[in-house]
Amino acid sequence: MAAVQDGSIEPEPENEIKTETSNEVLGNPGDASGGVPPTAPVAAVATEKPAAAATDSTERQTLLAVLQFLKKSKLFESEEILRREAGLLNEIGDSQGSGAGGAALGGGGGAEPESGDASSLLSRVAGAVATAQSANATPAPAKVTPVVTGGDDQPDVNVVLAAYSQQGDPVLYPVYYSGLKRFIDSVLDCHRAELSQVFYPLFVHMYLELVYNQYEKEAKAFFDKFHGDQECYYKDDLRILSGLTKKEHMKGNETLLDFRTSKFVLRISRDSYQLLKRHLQERQNNQIWNIIQEHLYIDIFDGMPRSKGQIDSMSGSLAGEAKREANKAKVFYGLLKEPEIEVPLDDEDEEAENEEGKPKKKKPKKDSTGSKSKKQDPNAPQQSRIPLPELKDSDKLDKIMNMKEATKRVRLGPESLPSICFYTFLNAYQGLTAVDFTDDSSLVAGGFADSTVRVWSVTPKKLRGVKTAGDLSLIDKDSDDVLERIMDEKTASESKNLYGHSGPVYGISFSPDRNYLLSCSEDATVRLWSLQTFTCLVGYKGHNYPVWDTQFSPYGYYFISGGHDRVARLWATDHYQPLRIFSGHLADITCTRFHPNSNYVATGSADRTIRLWDVLNGNCVRIFTGHKGPIHCLAFSPNGKFLASGATDGRVLLWDIGHGLMIGELKGHTDTVYALKFSRDGEILASGSMDNTVRLWDATKAFDDIETDDFTAATGHITLPENSQELLLGSYMTKSTPVIHLHFTRRNLLLGAGAYNP
Amino acid sequence: MADREERKFAEVPRDSVKLMAESVGVELSDDIAAMLAEDVCYRLREAAQNSSQFMRHAKRRRLTVEDFNRALRWSNVEAVCGYGSQDALPFRPLKEGELYFVEDREINLVELALATNIPKGCAETMVRVQVSYLDGKGNVEPQGAVPTAVQSLTDDLLKYYQQVTRAILGEDQQLMKVALQDLQTNSKIAALLPYFVHVVSGVKSVSHDLEQLSRLLHMVKSLVQNPFLYLGSYIKSLVSSVMYCILEPLAASINPLNDHWTLRDYAALLLSHIFWAHGDLVGGLYHQILLSLQKVLSGSFKKLPLGFCFLTSLCVPLQAVERVLFPHLSAYWSNLQAVLDDDSVSNAQVKADGHKVYGAILVAVEKLLKMKAQSRSVPVEGSVAVRERSFPGLSPPQEPVSEPGFGIASHLLQGAAGVPAEEPVPVPLPVMYRELYAFFGDSLAVRFSTGPGIEPRASRAAPPQPPDSKKEGMGPDTTRKMPQLTASMTISPRQDSSPRNEPSLPAVQNSSAAPSRFQRSSSSSLQRSKPPPSKAAQRSAGPTREVFQKSRFPLPPAAAPFSFLIAGRQTGRRCQGRRFQTSFPQLHPPNPSAQPPRGYAHKLPVIGRMGKPVKRWVCSQYSLHLPL
Repeated sequence: MAAVQDGSIEPEPENEIKTETSNEVLGNPGDASGGVPPTAPVAAVATEKPAAAATDSTERQTLLAVLQFLKKSKLFESEEILRREAGLLNEIGDSQGSGAGGAALGGGGGAEPESGDASSLLSRVAGAVATAQSANATPAPAKVTPVVTGGDDQPDVNVVLAAYSQQGDPVLYPVYYSGLKRFIDSVLDCHRAELSQVFYPLFVHMYLELVYNQYEKEAKAFFDKFHGDQECYYKDDLRILSGLTKKEHMKGNETLLDFRTSKFVLRISRDSYQLLKRHLQERQNNQIWNIIQEHLYIDIFDGMPRSKGQIDSMSGSLAGEAKREANKAKVFYGLLKEPEIEVPLDDEDEEAENEEGKPKKKKPKKDSTGSKSKKQDPNAPQQSRIPLPELKDSDKLDKIMNMKEATKRVRLGPESLPSICFYTFLNAYQGLTAVDFTDDSSLVAGGFADSTVRVWSVTPKKLRGVKTAGDLSLIDKDSDDVLERIMDEKTASESKNLYGHSGPVYGISFSPDRNYLLSCSEDATVRLWSLQTFTCLVGYKGHNYPVWDTQFSPYGYYFISGGHDRVARLWATDHYQPLRIFSGHLADITCTRFHPNSNYVATGSADRTIRLWDVLNGNCVRIFTGHKGPIHCLAFSPNGKFLASGATDGRVLLWDIGHGLMIGELKGHTDTVYALKFSRDGEILASGSMDNTVRLWDATKAFDDIETDDFTAATGHITLPENSQELLLGSYMTKSTPVIHLHFTRRNLLLGAGAYNP
Repeated sequence: MADREERKFAEVPRDSVKLMAESVGVELSDDIAAMLAEDVCYRLREAAQNSSQFMRHAKRRRLTVEDFNRALRWSNVEAVCGYGSQDALPFRPLKEGELYFVEDREINLVELALATNIPKGCAETMVRVQVSYLDGKGNVEPQGAVPTAVQSLTDDLLKYYQQVTRAILGEDQQLMKVALQDLQTNSKIAALLPYFVHVVSGVKSVSHDLEQLSRLLHMVKSLVQNPFLYLGSYIKSLVSSVMYCILEPLAASINPLNDHWTLRDYAALLLSHIFWAHGDLVGGLYHQILLSLQKVLSGSFKKLPLGFCFLTSLCVPLQAVERVLFPHLSAYWSNLQAVLDDDSVSNAQVKADGHKVYGAILVAVEKLLKMKAQSRSVPVEGSVAVRERSFPGLSPPQEPVSEPGFGIASHLLQGAAGVPAEEPVPVPLPVMYRELYAFFGDSLAVRFSTGPGIEPRASRAAPPQPPDSKKEGMGPDTTRKMPQLTASMTISPRQDSSPRNEPSLPAVQNSSAAPSRFQRSSSSSLQRSKPPPSKAAQRSAGPTREVFQKSRFPLPPAAAPFSFLIAGRQTGRRCQGRRFQTSFPQLHPPNPSAQPPRGYAHKLPVIGRMGKPVKRWVCSQYSLHLPL
């Protein structure tokens, strides 16, 4: 139970810290940004952290709790280490950074936390992370990491469920519910929409209470009577619920545990809330009041009650809307400064051209704001906030190529739509599961259900492997064309197969330098392949369940993966363990994307929320709700300001990252949207779907319309304009081919890919 | 609301659980079985839920056995092996006792291993690129468009394409068969589909050459039947080619020696097959076709005969027959009558055509009546009022898609004067029968081949009918078999009760040994790729335990009467029947069972007549049956 309580109050401390962190960063950027990175790398390590500065009593309690937990989980070694470290507080500060993630994030090494201020901050961050870890361990106990839980999920589950054991007369449940319904129907219109939000969580909890207390008949009757009243977008959850009629089944049901462990969040205006409260207290309707108290989190705001439309646009996720505080943290959505092209700077890598704005446009802008003195976009993170790999010579060459291409780029707009070129996978026999293009569009890779990954060259240049070691030793290493000589002409072919996975490949991603390919699979591994030798280099094992998606950072080196175990993991290619674990989603993570500045990661989930995570400290900085189905694709706008997301409901939603708001809804697709991509300049958003269409949307207009409005950022109440049809620039059919990937070439030609689906 | 809330998931009955327990030697009490059954249901739903996730991530629409097994494996349940086959597994009842099982044939692995016909491997996955939309403006290549030139094909494919087209359109029959066979089974020709479609679309240029036309149709058939091809939007092009063969006044038909009817019949059959097999792709087209049919109907006779053969072959639109043909019939009838009655030499050709049309209408009308009868027999048990107003089994509520089409139809209808059954309200069965009988007379009644067993009951619902000497003459055992159509559909309730006593053999023999002109006119139904009639009859006649059959064919219990079946000739007052009807009774010997159906049919007035009946039939049968 304790864990659960922690879980529910967890966001508060987290937010507190975040604001502090951001203050700190603003005030003393170098220090703080250097100081925070070593925190919270791996879960196991994170739990050791609080020891660092466990001086006050709460810290001590946390520590004890962790120790107990470790003991219970029979992780004696960890326990002993922790104990020892707790005793030797002073030694930890120095060894920590290098021992944990510090090595991985080598750039931050120079600024270890030394001042008392920073270390206490550090400890609190770590503490929050630790509680978050343990709290989040409850919903999916066996899954977070094997280290943390080690198989004692049963007790936790029982604790969770026991909250339902309170008795009430089952016969009265429908009476209570319909009483409340009558009341809400009778209130003023302006309050009704808001109060109606209560129905769904209340309905579910009442039903579960009935089931838990084994009033099967009553539960069924209750369900039949009232489930028709619920909003249609909950029907998937309702279907699961309807199948659940036994107490025994509740134990294994994850959806249900999620519902129970996370408080359902409702945003209600103060007036409406008072109304509800008064009503319930007058009627002495304790049953409902208890549920509201215990299982719901009502986020009260002052001001006008929201309209039905406003509420509907934001609701639909598994656990209600996001709390307002959850989206308050500052996000550095700006882009990192680009290096001079002819004289590339050494301190950063500039790879992902698709992420940067149009260079021609951006350059002058930067100059005008005086970027010469290294000053940059105020919204951009510090260049060294995340250590990035150094630029290699080949990268510089590629950059120059890219700049050349960019000068020939087509300017897109509503008047000049991109040409679309479609890559059709023939004879894929329903087996194509993932596609990726390299940034320069020279290679295509496909992941298949038969566990293979295939790479095709789509230029006349064939794919060649490197010669064997024996042959390589014969090569004259000083010759000018050594890079050409190491290639084995005999292996040249149009495509290469990569074998290694033992389950369908669900996600693939090229590294920005085209030397590597990542693939993730049902076999719970992520594999790194070399495109020089066409062999597997590393198998990253960490996930315990199928991995649904993976993606390289736009700067290479890091990558993110997310899967059925509900956590996203951040990896570096040279570490076999994850650097960060992002935990908080209530259902599978279905897609993962890096922010163009590589400092943030967005994850979409089957719990119908999108979360944005800070790579630096592992915090969740944004929670976006509003989708009515599992989210299957995400795309950042090239300027880093906006995020687009597509879901099984066929809608594409647009989000403003800085303000944490939904700013647009694009309706048109009739099936799951599997691919989203902004044009290189961010003027067009292309979406591809299972319904065999590619649609182009006017992104500029969508964002401008919003930006000219004054943001109601404080309340977060937005009324979405019904302008999908105006924004739709074109809808293009494929030939019986679901679109599963989209890509803009450097010259803004739109490439689509999919398997011909007989 | 209430029915919407019906829970829509599978339930495992406790009996099944008990049975399974028994099979492993465990006795279960009722309570435990019930609990287990409920748990099994829940787990099943859970697994299904989880498996859908694998489907979504594989970016598919179809849930596969594989997905389900993955879900099982991840929840630590043993995967269920052996269900990955592409073919559906037959689910059969056991004759004795209420037991159902999945037929699981044993496969001789040795035979398989030593087999010489090694299955072809799958074609290599490949990536092909094409610029679909230039500057976002329109289609470079519109949907389902066919390329005009063969290009961007690999050498192998190109060679294949050339060889096959040459073989099919060439002189060598044997070669053609081989090519068609390959076209039908080859799994690697998806890329060639547009080109073949293009070839087929050349029908218009060879409308003078029946031989070439039929070859092209064969090609269409092969393409349609190839399980590896997804026709998608190309189906429209194919259908329009086939329609051309059916509807257009082909140049070849000018010459009376040309047997263009065979071609049209075949094309109609093919069209019907396309509708059956790819109905989802051609939804809109169907209504277009109905519309054009309607135009034909309301137009003059000159254009008309062509439409009808294919009407009959489309057995889908029985309700369409009711709505389109039936109201127009009387208006059209006068035209037809005039043609058929004109004995002048110059009219001979047209007259022959007229007979074919006549036969086609007859078949269509019969089907309609039968369907009505079947659907009707359900509500009979309930209230009488319902039965008069609606025909529940007839069709889903008239789908809105069709409305535009029929909107025009009703407009056309208003032009036709004196059509009795113009209102769209379904006509009560007896009324309809009477009207139709007025047109067709005995040839209609005869085709229903009802035994006297149900006659008494029939008189209950139908208006009083004078005793018919012909009917009385029939023997008590209703073995008199009419050509296939009769065999397929009119099973009297009495027969239902003992289906297994009636051997299916006679029916087969009859249908195959009856080279009647009826058969010619209704040959479409024979050739259709549906189960042979006798089989269908047996199946629909199955006893009640065959749940699936029962639900699909709501057969009446033994007591339900076929009220319409026997109608007297006097009912045809409004309009004189065809003249040759009168000859019917004479054709009937007192004991029809002694009369072989063949002879009987042979002496029927010429309907859908060919030049030289028997021999010609064989010939045309051959052409229809070209082994594809």
